[in-house]
Parts: sequence; C-alpha cells; structure tokens
Amino acid sequence: MTTQIRVLGPGCARCQKLYENTTEAIAELGLDAHVEKVDDIGEIVRRGILATPALVVDEELVLAGHVASIPTLREVLSGRS
Amino acid sequence: MSAVAGAHPRTGRDLRLWVRLATATLAWVVLYRLNGPFWNWLLFDVIGLDPAGRVGETIRFFVFDTTKILLLLTAIIFVVTILRSFMSVERTQALLGGRREGVANLAAAGLGVATPFCSCSAVPAFIGFVSAGVPIGVTLSFLISSPLVNEVALVLLYGMFGWQIALLYLMAGLVIATLAGFVLGRMHAERWIEPFVFEMPAGAATGPGLRLTWSMRIEMGRDEVVKIVRKVLPFLLIGIGVGAIIHGWVPESFFARYAGPGNPFAVPLAVLLGIPLYSNAAGVLPMIEALYAKGLGMGTLLAFMMAVVALSLPEMILLRRVLKPRLIAAFVGVVAVGILLVGYLFNAVL
Repeated sequence: MTTQIRVLGPGCARCQKLYENTTEAIAELGLDAHVEKVDDIGEIVRRGILATPALVVDEELVLAGHVASIPTLREVLSGRS
Repeated sequence: MSAVAGAHPRTGRDLRLWVRLATATLAWVVLYRLNGPFWNWLLFDVIGLDPAGRVGETIRFFVFDTTKILLLLTAIIFVVTILRSFMSVERTQALLGGRREGVANLAAAGLGVATPFCSCSAVPAFIGFVSAGVPIGVTLSFLISSPLVNEVALVLLYGMFGWQIALLYLMAGLVIATLAGFVLGRMHAERWIEPFVFEMPAGAATGPGLRLTWSMRIEMGRDEVVKIVRKVLPFLLIGIGVGAIIHGWVPESFFARYAGPGNPFAVPLAVLLGIPLYSNAAGVLPMIEALYAKGLGMGTLLAFMMAVVALSLPEMILLRRVLKPRLIAAFVGVVAVGILLVGYLFNAVL
C-alpha cells in the first residue's frame, strides 16, 4: 500500500527543507510513498499541530517543529512500510 | 524508536557522533583560548601594526571579536538547542491550558524562553493555544517573551559585559512579557481577534510523536548551529565592522554628548529606531559593545536591542492573519512602553 506522507507548514523555508529531505529519504529507501505539501492553516490546526514544519505519516503525527535530517527521516520512515 | 533500524548500524552512527562531539568540544576550547594571543601575534609581531594606533586597534577589534562571537554563538546555539529539545510547544500548551491570568502570564513568559519556537509557527500556535483554553493575554506573554528573551543575546551580553547585565536583561525581558501580556488581556484583547480563530476546530495531535534519541538531539544542535551561523554571519560582520569603526574612529564625547544617559530622548529614540530595524541579536550586540565604550547608557542600548529583536515587521505581518490591526497596534505599543521603562530604569541605576 502506498504510504501517505504530508509535510505541513505555512510555506516557510524550513517547511520546504523538510519536504526536500523527506523526498530524498523516500528515494533512498525506495519507498512506495506519496508526499504532499499542506499549507492550509485550517488543516494544520485541525491536526493539532502547534509547531511547523510537521510530518504526518498515514494520518499519524510523527514530527513537529524541527527539520529532521535525511538519515533521521530514513530511520523514521523505514519502520513504517 | 523503531526497532527496525537494527542495532548495529545505529550503534556505529551513534559512536561516530559522540566521538565527533568530543573532538569538536576540544577544538572549541583550544580555539577560544588561542583567539587573543593568536591575533596579537599575527597583527603586531608578524605584520608589525602598532597596537596603540587606530588602524591596529580597529583591525584587532574586528578579527578578535568576529572569532570570539562566532565561537560563543556555536557553543550557545548547540547547547540551547539540545536543552530545548526536551521541551515542546505541545507541552507548553498543556501546561498553560485552562489557567487564569496572572501567575500564568509569568509562567508563559518563562516557557517562552524554554520552548523551542520559531515565530514562523506563530499562527498555528496562537490558534492552538486559544482553542486549548489558554487565555489570550497568557498566549501573548508567550509570544512576546519567545523572541524578546533571546538566548543568543543573553550569552553575548554575558560574554561582553558580564553576568550581571545578562541577568538584568533576562529579568527585564520576563517582566515585560509578563506585564504586557497581562495588560493586553485586561484590555479584552479577544475583541480584536479575527473571528475565524474561535470557529476553527482544533484537533488533538494524533500519534505519540517521535521519541528523540540523543544522537538526534546532537544532530539537531549541529544543524541549528549551521543554520543560524549562516543566517547571522552577514549581520554579524556588518555589526562588528560598524563596531570596529566606532571603536577606532568616533571620538569619546560624540555619542555621550548627543545620546548619553543624561539625555531623556535617548531611550525613546533608541526604541523608535529599533522597531523597524529587523536584524538579530548577533548583529546588534557588537555595535552595542562599541557604543557602550563610547559612553552611551546601558539602558538605552538594551532598549535598542530589545526593540530590534522583540518587535519585527515579519512577525507582525504573520500575526495579522489572526489579530486585528487594533491589537497589533496595542501589542507593539504596550511592548514598546515596557522596553522604554526598562531603558530609563537601567540608565538610572547603572
């Protein structure tokens, strides 16, 4: 099944960086995943996110408020497929 | 943490990280110790500049200060990022939810210092706090203290002027954030909040979040150092450059005459100049060090720095999405008055 990954944040530089790191980590792992950027403040708030950028994997909040490195993301995502 | 990653590669990566951390710490101590002697030797013994002359003094101030401040910044940001990684905005929200105004304003001001928070998250954090039952004034205390009490400024003040001034700045920042939030709460700030904030259904976060490991915290510290140093370097170089010129070329009496502690307009002028200026503490402090040596009041200079870091146009534009212009104006006004009072107080007692 394709993993649904969302990078949430109001379009700041840090959000873009997390998005790039996530895409890179997925490519390195060869994961079957769909990455989507979410900048709608309503959806960010609905998910209970207070600090951006945040990473939601299959509806579960994994990271909030910091830009994880590619190795860390690889570790986090490899445990999920 | 996920067990899937396997024990072996993890342990290898962790070990390498710790070894690198130990090496970096050692290198830092050696560089910090050698900073003064090295530049003295290079500039005065090797190149042969006159240590008492203007050119020699200006160049020495520039290179010595740049190195010292970069080293201090690296160490501070690293340690603070790791300490803060034990706190989160979610935990702060839980601690403040449902509290009454008053003591909670002080708690919010303190948490503003301890919580890792980027003003780019101001909007979701504001909505989240309000919907979790954190009073508006308390939320504002948090949002004021977070940029106002700046760890970079705190340690640079310590490095340049000693712990007393650093402590005064910390206390002043906490008092301003506490009182300004309290006053804004009393003004019934909820009238001036965009109505959609109250209609927005804020959910609770799903999932336990990620448990941070030590190696992740070290990584976060390292990334933050690289990011901030890269960001502040141009400000820092300009700040130290201007500082060096002031240090070597501006006569002692020039600033003391026009903006010394005796001039009642010095503090308001410093605040007015500081509000639109958007720099960061690392850029402002080298100038402050040089201006202080030329006889400007410490209160005036602290007021200037606080106005620069606490009241920034980009953050106001972000907050405009949730706060009406009246509240933005009140926010800037109340914080500016607080900074003004602190400036006068410090000029009077120091």
